[in-house]
Amino acid sequence: MTVENSSRILRTVPREKAFYFFTSIGNYTGSSAVSLKEFMERINAVNVKSLEFHLGRGDFEKWTVEVLEDKWLANEVNRIMRSGLTGESLRNQLYLTVSRHFRRLTNPGSTHF
Amino acid sequence: MKLKNKEVTLDRADLEILQALQDDSRQTYTAIGKRLRISHSTVFDRVKRMEEQNIIRGYTALVDLEKAGVRNVLAVVTVYTDPKETEGVAEKLAKSCKVLEVYTSLSDELVIMAKVWAGSQEELHEFIASWVAPLQGVLRIRTSIITKKLKETYFSIENYSKRLHL
Repeated sequence: MTVENSSRILRTVPREKAFYFFTSIGNYTGSSAVSLKEFMERINAVNVKSLEFHLGRGDFEKWTVEVLEDKWLANEVNRIMRSGLTGESLRNQLYLTVSRHFRRLTNPGSTHF
Repeated sequence: MKLKNKEVTLDRADLEILQALQDDSRQTYTAIGKRLRISHSTVFDRVKRMEEQNIIRGYTALVDLEKAGVRNVLAVVTVYTDPKETEGVAEKLAKSCKVLEVYTSLSDELVIMAKVWAGSQEELHEFIASWVAPLQGVLRIRTSIITKKLKETYFSIENYSKRLHL
């Protein structure tokens, strides 16, 4: 993972490209994320129904690939989706995965990819 | 019809003409005149004036989408906004062809209510997620998908006339 790639993944995206957290079709929680950092923070704060809703639809994967351009994270999220976790277990696993990834990206010496 | 200080007052004949048009806007002025016992030219003049005043905004066909084979999902969307941004959000919503009706309303708080059309539930969600949620000032959105329509009608001038005892 180059510094350039890390910078791109960690950047703040425009409002129209943010991730908007819903709990079901058309029901927006009011929480959104314009960066990986915010995404990580929202995972801990948002209604767990929202995490279940988006994970099942592949929304998290889609956003991490298409907006953040982070294929590694998208694969990890897909793995979590296939694990069948729900509720707080799901939240914990998602947060663990994203926060570890975030720390590695913000640590210039990281070689975990 | 009287026009005073830009305020319009409709008389009984105007209201009866409007009721006739609401019943069937394709009927001729001659037929309306016969029913109301006034000349067709009077009907024509009054209709023309009401069109000019935008009291009559247009004429349309009421289409049954299901019978027409049009796949559709209708939803009532309530948008909670920052009070400073409510009008702006409502105006932007009104610009979308997917939004059939938009209202600002007040109960415990000022909200926007909109009737939204989409070809499917996924299309509805995509519209709300990518177009409505990102609007500046949107705090929260609640969507109710309509499952069954039991009644749809328009305000009848006849009811208004009865209230005025005309």
